[in-house]
Amino acid sequence: MTGFPILSVMLLVPVVGAVACLFASASGARWIALIATLLDLLLGILLWYGYQIGGEQWQFTEYNRTFGLFAWALGIDGIALMLIMLSVFLMPICILASWASIERRVPEYMAYFLIMETMMLGVFMAQDIFLFYIFFEAGLIPMFLIIGIWGGAERIYASYKFFLYTFFGSVLMLVAMLWMVNFTHGDTYIPHLLVTDFPRQAQTWLWLAFFASFAVKMPMWPVHTWLPDAHVQAPTAGSVILAGVLLKLGGYGFLRFSLPMFPQASAQLVWIIFGLSLIAIVYTSLVALVQRDMKKLIAYSSVAHMAFVTIGIFAFNRQGMEGALIVMLSHGLVSGALFLCVGVVYDRMHTREIDRYGGLANNMPAYALLFMVFTMASVGLPGTAGFVGEFLSLIGSYHASTFVAAVATTGIILGAAYMLYLYWRVVYGTSRNADAAAMPDLNPREYVSLGAIALVVMWMGIYPESFLAPMRSDVGLLMARVASAAPKSDSALVTPALAAPAKQISTAAGGAH
Amino acid sequence: MNVLLIVFLPLLAAIVAGFGNRMIGNTAAKLVTTGALFGSLALSWPLFIGFMTGAEASQLHPVLDWIHSGDLQVNWALRVDSLTAVMLVVVTTVSALVHLYSWGYMAEDDSQPRFFAYLSLFTFAMLMLVTSDNLVQMFFGWEGVGLASYLLIGFWYHKPSANAAALKAFVVNRVGDFGFSLGIFATFLVFGTVSIPAILTAAPHMAGSTIGFLGQRFDTMTLICILLFIGAMGKSAQLGLHTWLPDAMEGPTPVSALIHAATMVTAGVFMVSRLSPMFQTSATAMGVVVFVGAITALFAATVGTVQNDIKRVIAYSTCSQLGYMFMAAGVGAYGASMFHLFTHAFFKALLFLGAGSVIHAMHHEQDMRFYGGLRKQIPYTFWAMMAGTLAITGVGVEGVFGFAGFYSKDAIIESTFAAGTGLGRFAFAIGVFAALLTSFYSWRLMFLTFFGEPRWAGSEHIQHAVHDAHGHGHEHDDRPDAEDAGHDTRPHEAGAGEVPTGTAGYHPHESPLTILLPLLVLSIGAIFAGMAFAPIFIEPESAARFWAGAIAFNHELAETAHHLPLIVKLTPGIVMVIGFLIALQVYVRRTDLAGRFVGQFGPLHAFLLNKWYFDELYNVVFIRPALWLGRIFWKKGDEAVIDRFGPDGAATVVRFGNVLTARLQTGYLYTYALVMLLGLAAAATWAMAR
Repeated sequence: MTGFPILSVMLLVPVVGAVACLFASASGARWIALIATLLDLLLGILLWYGYQIGGEQWQFTEYNRTFGLFAWALGIDGIALMLIMLSVFLMPICILASWASIERRVPEYMAYFLIMETMMLGVFMAQDIFLFYIFFEAGLIPMFLIIGIWGGAERIYASYKFFLYTFFGSVLMLVAMLWMVNFTHGDTYIPHLLVTDFPRQAQTWLWLAFFASFAVKMPMWPVHTWLPDAHVQAPTAGSVILAGVLLKLGGYGFLRFSLPMFPQASAQLVWIIFGLSLIAIVYTSLVALVQRDMKKLIAYSSVAHMAFVTIGIFAFNRQGMEGALIVMLSHGLVSGALFLCVGVVYDRMHTREIDRYGGLANNMPAYALLFMVFTMASVGLPGTAGFVGEFLSLIGSYHASTFVAAVATTGIILGAAYMLYLYWRVVYGTSRNADAAAMPDLNPREYVSLGAIALVVMWMGIYPESFLAPMRSDVGLLMARVASAAPKSDSALVTPALAAPAKQISTAAGGAH
Repeated sequence: MNVLLIVFLPLLAAIVAGFGNRMIGNTAAKLVTTGALFGSLALSWPLFIGFMTGAEASQLHPVLDWIHSGDLQVNWALRVDSLTAVMLVVVTTVSALVHLYSWGYMAEDDSQPRFFAYLSLFTFAMLMLVTSDNLVQMFFGWEGVGLASYLLIGFWYHKPSANAAALKAFVVNRVGDFGFSLGIFATFLVFGTVSIPAILTAAPHMAGSTIGFLGQRFDTMTLICILLFIGAMGKSAQLGLHTWLPDAMEGPTPVSALIHAATMVTAGVFMVSRLSPMFQTSATAMGVVVFVGAITALFAATVGTVQNDIKRVIAYSTCSQLGYMFMAAGVGAYGASMFHLFTHAFFKALLFLGAGSVIHAMHHEQDMRFYGGLRKQIPYTFWAMMAGTLAITGVGVEGVFGFAGFYSKDAIIESTFAAGTGLGRFAFAIGVFAALLTSFYSWRLMFLTFFGEPRWAGSEHIQHAVHDAHGHGHEHDDRPDAEDAGHDTRPHEAGAGEVPTGTAGYHPHESPLTILLPLLVLSIGAIFAGMAFAPIFIEPESAARFWAGAIAFNHELAETAHHLPLIVKLTPGIVMVIGFLIALQVYVRRTDLAGRFVGQFGPLHAFLLNKWYFDELYNVVFIRPALWLGRIFWKKGDEAVIDRFGPDGAATVVRFGNVLTARLQTGYLYTYALVMLLGLAAAATWAMAR
């Protein structure tokens, strides 16, 4: 693969597609978008195939200093690879989900979606901190537009909220980035920044500035309130990308920047992360329990699931970090699929009110089955992707703090309650109105989309090694970077025979395998 | 190889039947699933017999890598030793018979492929549970059976009560899983592995160590064992986490027999036995096991004495018998515990399936107050139920012959006495009293159902059947989903004597052969399983050989239990007879007595009938506050505080500043793009000027 700039090509394909869309008819734009996203999926598969597990940390690198200040520097490690795979996998499904449900201004819609794909992929590929910033922030612009133009009745308020939160965070992050580049005398290359030891005092401020941005994207409590509104107003495909990929930017940011660049600050401020995450798990799960709108319920559950990511990342051990990464991937698939499931019935009934449905198992058995698969994945049933991530993240957090693990584990009880309650009211029971009872089952387009996700969810649940292996050495490098800063655990084991001090777990086994 | 087939045949069958569903049709789906189960059955028994004769040894079959993360190495693998072999025959035998039984019982149902697919899926998950080599795979099976249980309790999904019961079962089990999960986390922290053999080897070395948990310091092994035991309490419906089991009777009766009597609910007992060397290291944890088991045995037996729904009586009986199993495990008599699990599977499945046959005959009426005199109408069912009753009450004569329960339950009661500890004596006393209650409620069930005058006229189900048959002559709805366990709107105060008598012209019909055949096989089990298998489970010498380290078999305890004073050995038998006589007096000879008792001890009766008010308590303490908090957080937290002082507040400020143009949406966008570009421009300028 040497020499062929596959990453640039992956970024270029959607842009070309977007331009082509603008000059096409509605149905032409649909096909162009589908082909462009499928082409990127194909390139992604080639990328995964070509990626050498245990090889260089940064592969497929490209470096071109064309911009003067910063460089067109691309390159991926295993963590980025997996998130790129998630993005390119979900994109064609989003295009399919918008196939019939978007009727107004189709070419523009498809163009925005393709631009968004470029931006998201760019975030994971960028190796220059300013290039990263551009992708990171600009990727939200198409999302504003998608919500603002094709959204529901309250779309203006929702996109406004979305804007305000992200605006606040990104300004602080930009300031921090400027400070960092100043400190390194103009070196904007991320792999260099990753091994720079910033002064202890500055780390705290830098960490907080990055935290402001990432916490909003995550989203963490209490800056989560934009998410339910954005989801409710967004069209189905917008929700899928929002939950599937955009929410992962925060977690990716924590892993790529906060943790390795400011390890001491991370250890010092870990209580912020733990505190907010625990509140999020209990608080948003309880809120999800009383929702009447399907999308709002799933949106709140996303906040709770993302809290498993943050506690995993800041557990300072391998299980926690790998768990957080798998939660990111599995949540991307599962919540995306759940939003698609909402979209399926929304397209037929044009309401998201849970009470309007019921008894769908009668007339939509295939839908009922797939919805059940994703419900179970969401509650973390072993054998699905949801379990592997949650389990690793929690076992890692137990090593960090038994208190955190105990509170976070209540999430598995509450999660089961709100998801099964939702499933009961929508799929089981008796039909509450004739329209719902007359809805046809999945059409082939929906079948393929949901079926494909279901297969990957099971694959990740039964043989997660495919997904863990590419990330293993990168997590190892992260571990090596932060190991010395790891905070003390409250679960210290004391054996009388040895009178040994606190047993150190797995941080010792941090190196690359 | 055989082990792989035993475990994966049911999975394949479930996939074929589940996805084939209406395409392949009822008969194909039933043939595939039932065939697969009888295949597993045919392979399991030789394996078990191999362990009995000593021809087979403990074995491990790797299947696939699973979760590898640093030190945490979890693989899919099947482990078989004598303990697993016992579970294999229990699970495959009962499951295969229940599959067969369902041919008859579910014959009128619309979605039979779905039902059989769920049954087979359940069997697969249960087999994964019992063959697990590590705690995480055990958790996989644990949750898998929970899923199957959820799906089957809610099988008739149009009934609100079935949905509620299914949801309750899943969520209450999740409370147990909360403990189980933390137990696994702690195990991994302490031992650095989740492999069961490795943990069991290392556990004794950890005795005396302490560990931090939630800011306190605890004895390491006590903490781990109790956390894991919380999981067992959820699955095995022990007091506090038992509330889902009676409601689970909403599921079709074959499901109750398979999942909620013979197999899934015994998973907790299996877990404690599997991890017995670990539990042995903590006297405190063992004490907790005994105590919880004893209290549950007592609680469930008292509640069982007053229930009117035939399935609920048996459900509480199950709960109570599970308590016995934990009592035995808690005093270290794991052999007796597993023995009771084994015999109980046969006679309890028999009682449930027999009850199903009665319900089938009585046109879905489940209230025993509207039964009576069925002995002659459905004689085969009667004799099968009689075998089950003789087994559960433990009828037998030492050294001559006894029904299954005579060997296993008496072994438990004797073991608690032989343990010689204070808690052991406590368990003994409760065990004896609960045995009296067991005898009473079991015979009460028999007398109300099969003896006395028919009281069918009062039943709405029967009236409905008679009306349909004689009235307009249209096809009556004969689907068994008319089962409505526990949602009894009729006044509870009515004693058995006050119900109008008479047959209302109804003629109960004996069940078809597919139903009677499983009853026959299970009857043989209920009669002979105790006598035939006592040597390998509990006899000191032969049992030690059989278990061969699969459980922490306590040879000394078994020896002591064997040589207890005669009076101790006779006690369970004596109380059993007393229970029988009371039931005989109250429900056959003086049928007015029950009503008079209720009149005299109204509050006590109400307390028992309402199951000690656990559901009401939980509703007030957990469910309502959770919903209330959810609403508060949503309306007051998110909307009234965060949004008001966050984005909405900012919006107000911004509006005053008159910054935004009228076209809001693009206004934000331009501002955003502008800020971003300005920022980058500033960065560029600054970097160049530097």
